[in-house]
Amino acid sequence: MSTFDPDNRPLILEAGRADHQYWIDLWRYRELFFILAWRDVAVRYKQTVIGVVWAFVRPFMTMVVFTVVFGSLAKLPSEGSAPYAVMVFAGLLPWTLFGSVLSEASISVIGSANLITKVYFPRLVVPLSTVVVALIDFLVSLAILAGLMLWYGLVPGWQILLLPVFVLLALMAAIGPAIWAASLIVKYRDFRFIIPFVTQIGLYVSPVGFSSKVVPEHWQMLYSINPMVGVIDGFRWCILGGDSPIYWPGFLVSLVVIAVMLVWGAHAFRRSERAFADII
Amino acid sequence: MSDVAIRAEKLGKKFIIGHRAEVGSVFVDVVARGFRNALRKGTDMLRGRAMVEGDTVEEFWALRDVDFEIKRGEVVSIIGHNGAGKTTLLKILSRITEPSEGRLSIKGRVASLLEVGTGFHPELTGRENVFLNGAILGMTRAEVRRRFDEIIDFSGVEKFIDTPVKRYSVGMYARLAFAVAAHLESEVLVIDEVLAVGDAEFQARCLNRMSEVADAGRTVLFVSHNLAAVTALTKRAIVFQSGRVYFDGAIDEAVAHYATSLRKVKNGGNWGKGNTTSLISAMLVDASGMPTDRYEPGTPLRLRVVLETSGLRGMSLELVLRDEHNLPIGFYSTNVFNQVSLPGKPGQYECSLVLEPYWLASGEYCFDLMTGLTYVDTDHRVDNALRFLVERCSPDAIPFNFSQAKGNGALAMRLASPVEFTELPAAGQEPKPGPG
Repeated sequence: MSTFDPDNRPLILEAGRADHQYWIDLWRYRELFFILAWRDVAVRYKQTVIGVVWAFVRPFMTMVVFTVVFGSLAKLPSEGSAPYAVMVFAGLLPWTLFGSVLSEASISVIGSANLITKVYFPRLVVPLSTVVVALIDFLVSLAILAGLMLWYGLVPGWQILLLPVFVLLALMAAIGPAIWAASLIVKYRDFRFIIPFVTQIGLYVSPVGFSSKVVPEHWQMLYSINPMVGVIDGFRWCILGGDSPIYWPGFLVSLVVIAVMLVWGAHAFRRSERAFADII
Repeated sequence: MSDVAIRAEKLGKKFIIGHRAEVGSVFVDVVARGFRNALRKGTDMLRGRAMVEGDTVEEFWALRDVDFEIKRGEVVSIIGHNGAGKTTLLKILSRITEPSEGRLSIKGRVASLLEVGTGFHPELTGRENVFLNGAILGMTRAEVRRRFDEIIDFSGVEKFIDTPVKRYSVGMYARLAFAVAAHLESEVLVIDEVLAVGDAEFQARCLNRMSEVADAGRTVLFVSHNLAAVTALTKRAIVFQSGRVYFDGAIDEAVAHYATSLRKVKNGGNWGKGNTTSLISAMLVDASGMPTDRYEPGTPLRLRVVLETSGLRGMSLELVLRDEHNLPIGFYSTNVFNQVSLPGKPGQYECSLVLEPYWLASGEYCFDLMTGLTYVDTDHRVDNALRFLVERCSPDAIPFNFSQAKGNGALAMRLASPVEFTELPAAGQEPKPGPG
């Protein structure tokens, strides 16, 4: 289905023609976005025995393992007086959100090959719609965190109100590289093998199982080039409050990296999406 | 403002295709080829190009120098044999792919149906899939809701509307999918071969629906191999051949041109010669005598072969039918099976052969043609002279498509009388002693 043209101007299709209407088009296809997201959610736990409980089990087990390995065995310090488990979980939340968006969105385009070769729509709808499933899993994890904090008797400060900002930031950090990877995977399937590798390594490189304060002072700036450092620090600041102050210069570096990758990802995706149907 | 709905100017679409060169199985050669290919793919990647499998690459124009205009409210069919560029044109029209050169301007919303049931998800129910499919085709939820009853009514599956579609039969699935598509609201409707679904009754309903759409003043582009449907629905046709417009005009003339374009492609004008006889061309025709490249199983298989003979007596025309693995599955000889020889008077002849109905599995087939003295001498032999396709094979209205790909051969066998089971005494049991 093509664009609806209210001014009755003809739609011109030409080689390499930049489509000025693209972003308006994307907005028009918001229903498709919702319905694809709803489809993914609806079929996610079909034909499983414990269903949505899976959304609890996975993050909970990861948290237990990390707390035991980094907190009890390696005896790394927590942040302020916060229990290690809560600190890990506060880092695991944004990381899982980031990781699942990156891995799902990047393969979503080739997974929708049958749609892409048969109908027109702004291709960006496909990777963007995978965000919803990740967000729902995120909310489930957030509930676990609330339970965990209740268990330890922790009360978050006013900073918790800023949490949505950091959720958005985590999403933006993921979407930039994800759509770039998605457009690359269409052409070169090699990247399919690279992305799981990146998320696997990233889990240990990012301050998920440990506090970013463990990294020596003079490396902090460099460390913040990993955009998830800023995002995770932000999460911990929101959840643990004063116990986990943000290292602001590093946070700014992370912000810049996120913005650059987002713009670059969108640019790369837009440039190659016109040929998706030919090479997918 | 003019009332041109679609205008194509010098439209072209290029693909890069790869060929695999013949390389021996010598280890060194194979490794060298692997390296060469990896190197080429690597450079392609560094330059940001799509990579191509194969040893040498070549440009291929699927569509070139295509010009036409379609007025608002016109119903036009696009015909051409496989690979003539029809589907590429449809893909450009529906914005799935971009032209490599030239331009296409379209006025109004385009709904394109390149396949029914695009995006159907097997785990979702019929109802859910109607909304999903509607959204994919560009309908808003409000639009789908407004026409929901109509859609369900049209599909005839209301009893199963809350069942996951993975439990549907092929026919039910296709009917529901077409029903959604048939209720799209748009100024331009592009349809590709969707009539190949469902039973005869449903197909008739689809055709009806399409003529309704056409009567409502919408522009319709209709691509089909079904010449009967094309003739019934449209007044104008554009015939494509090898990516170019071969003919554009009235439907009757177009169908005739399609026939010649088929013939041209089939024999390429060069089948060579025999000593005393020469095969010139061959085609498959449907019941109305129209050339086709499809065969409907269970109908007579009709062939027309054009040949030349010097009048030598006792020469036979022979056919070998091959399946998609190129295995011979049938043979016919005019001499041996019917004691009919080629005419004794020198000249060119068109020989019409009507073979009895077969239930050929869906898939591709070809005929080899031969002239000669059966089992003694072959005078002119053309391998792979005539290719045709069986789209669907469902003898006795079975709900699935029996296909060659199933690996059970090319022939669906049918019973001459109903199956009977007679119970036998279980093994090892003594036969009951007779009375008395």
